[in-house]
Amino acid sequence: MTPDKRADYWKANLRYLTVLLIVWFVVSYGFGVLLVEPLNAIHLGGYPLGFWFAQQGSIYVFVALIFVYAALMNRLDQQFDVGEE
Amino acid sequence: MSPLEIWTYSIVGLTFAIYIGIAIWARAGSTSEFYVAGGGVHPVANGMATAADWMSAASFISMAGMIAFGGYGGSVFLMGWTGGYVLLALLLAPYLRKFGKFTVPEFIGDRYYANSARVVAVICLILASVTYVIGQMTGIGVAFGRFLGISYEMGIVAGMGIVAVYAILGGMKGITYTQIAQYVVLIFAYTIPAIFISLNLTGNPIPQLGLGSEYAPDGVASGMSLLEKLDQVVTDLGFKEYTTQVMGSTLNMFVYTLSLMIGTAGLPHVIIRFFTVPKVADARYSAGWALVFIAILYTTAPAVGAMARLNLMDTIQIGPVGEESSNLAYDERPDWFKRWETTGLLKYEDKNGDGLIQYYDDKNAEFAAKAEGFGWKGNEMVTVNNDIMVLANPEIAKLPDWVIALVVAGGLAAALSTAAGLLLAISSAISHDLLKGVFMPHITEKKELMAGRLSMIGAIVLAGYLGMNPPGFAAGTVAIAFGLAASSIFPALMLGIFAKRMNKEGAISGMVAGITVTLLYVFQHKGILFIPGTEFLMPDMGMGENWFFGISPNAFGAIGALVNFMVALLVSALTAPPPEHIQHLVEDVRIPRGAGVATGH
Repeated sequence: MTPDKRADYWKANLRYLTVLLIVWFVVSYGFGVLLVEPLNAIHLGGYPLGFWFAQQGSIYVFVALIFVYAALMNRLDQQFDVGEE
Repeated sequence: MSPLEIWTYSIVGLTFAIYIGIAIWARAGSTSEFYVAGGGVHPVANGMATAADWMSAASFISMAGMIAFGGYGGSVFLMGWTGGYVLLALLLAPYLRKFGKFTVPEFIGDRYYANSARVVAVICLILASVTYVIGQMTGIGVAFGRFLGISYEMGIVAGMGIVAVYAILGGMKGITYTQIAQYVVLIFAYTIPAIFISLNLTGNPIPQLGLGSEYAPDGVASGMSLLEKLDQVVTDLGFKEYTTQVMGSTLNMFVYTLSLMIGTAGLPHVIIRFFTVPKVADARYSAGWALVFIAILYTTAPAVGAMARLNLMDTIQIGPVGEESSNLAYDERPDWFKRWETTGLLKYEDKNGDGLIQYYDDKNAEFAAKAEGFGWKGNEMVTVNNDIMVLANPEIAKLPDWVIALVVAGGLAAALSTAAGLLLAISSAISHDLLKGVFMPHITEKKELMAGRLSMIGAIVLAGYLGMNPPGFAAGTVAIAFGLAASSIFPALMLGIFAKRMNKEGAISGMVAGITVTLLYVFQHKGILFIPGTEFLMPDMGMGENWFFGISPNAFGAIGALVNFMVALLVSALTAPPPEHIQHLVEDVRIPRGAGVATGH
């Protein structure tokens, strides 16, 4: 593998990481902590929305983030032909 | 023997028989099996084992109670102890799996081309893991003592005996398969009572939905949601509103959550679980599966906390606040109340001598005036321990004896599975990193396997001793373990992968600075080595309680991690870059191809 391709592969990985970690930050620290008060004005069934993000929603999003990352990286590994046999 | 005791002995005995059966079946014949279960564990199976490894006595027994009394503030544990898996899956696990060795200090030693770095990592690992294991031991002792009618010490000996059988015989291999069985036990034990209670209070069998449903006790609609009802019940008695009460301040919650997340990702006993899967891609998915299995309990816990709190309040305050007939008479207290009083987890004191129970927040000045008008002379429920929310939950909800017995088996499974994982992390650091890595590099595999088993025995004896003679700080130990892992191990690993330029000088000074700052802040608040009376808060110099922007000592790991990152980057910028072959190593770790089974060479 050429150094250039290596660098491209790593850059693509870092791009995924940046986007996914922004989502990670927004749902927990954003919706669950910093913006909890304004969000609580909105209701999701019997849940105030900010409270829901802090005690339920953020966890569901975390699970999704990991599977999305694993799938994206599988595709990337194939694209760059660096996956395992 | 009462029917409850018969049920408890049967269910706990059955689960223990299963663990021992697995131990005999899954003996380890090589160091690879002892350290990484041979490297062939299916990612979903590893996810399940990781979930049991991760969810400790604190998650199973204490967390719902911390949420019940902390309300919204308890969210730091929910987000902190799950969000760390995102960091682990995205930033560490796949790369460390690619590196393909047995232990976390081994990566640090190789990546920073120095045995000194490896030894510093071993010290940080042992500090974090030993503080953590004490919490498991006390959990085992308490669970045995309370339900099986044997003493606390005998309880610890029994628990240690079981762990010894499968951890010494099977190493990681035995631990992996028992952890899978333990996950199944603990998740049933946690969710079954939750389903019944959710059904009772809301008519919805799924606790995650029940918490957001209408409050309809025994099928009678009330016109308000469960959370509104809970908010009303607690504020009527002067307590803080459930859905909005914060822990310390918003900043403290932010930093606390961050510390728990970084600490989770940096705990060695969790990281080494990802060395057991065959491929890098498996490590990525396996972290996802681990979080799925963890999330089943973690999204149930807030429902358990809220519903148990509501049940507890409703049991004591049986009518409108302020009317005499509205407070439960002490003589009419239910059976579970009496049972838990004998354990000291519940304690009542009739302060105004009226024979009724007044349970309210007497630290709320506004409400105190009102309470005086009612003839109340202070909160009479002087002790309501957090742990009771899970342990007494089935009794409060009047569930059958077998459910109570199942909860005992679940609590033991949670504590045993975590203890085993921690003991393996400790013993492999000693036999593989110190002995084979530093002192006796030419030791044969057979002898190393023997050394692994001997250090496992040593670790078990030490853990048992500390469990029986818990140092004064036992209560806060688990939280502190996170601070230590966050401030030392996580940054060294992350920089080792993402900063090619990071050298040994930077990494070592970063780890030392991070853990020192964290320990200093903790010691300053809780005493040097937690010895009471040696706190050195200096209020006149602006260093009073939680002086650093109101951040509590348990939440300080994130600040320690920040110090670690800054010191490491600064020192490495001022010193020579790492040698060429290390930079190649980093390049190699970043690409999945070529990951064999984890090896010790």
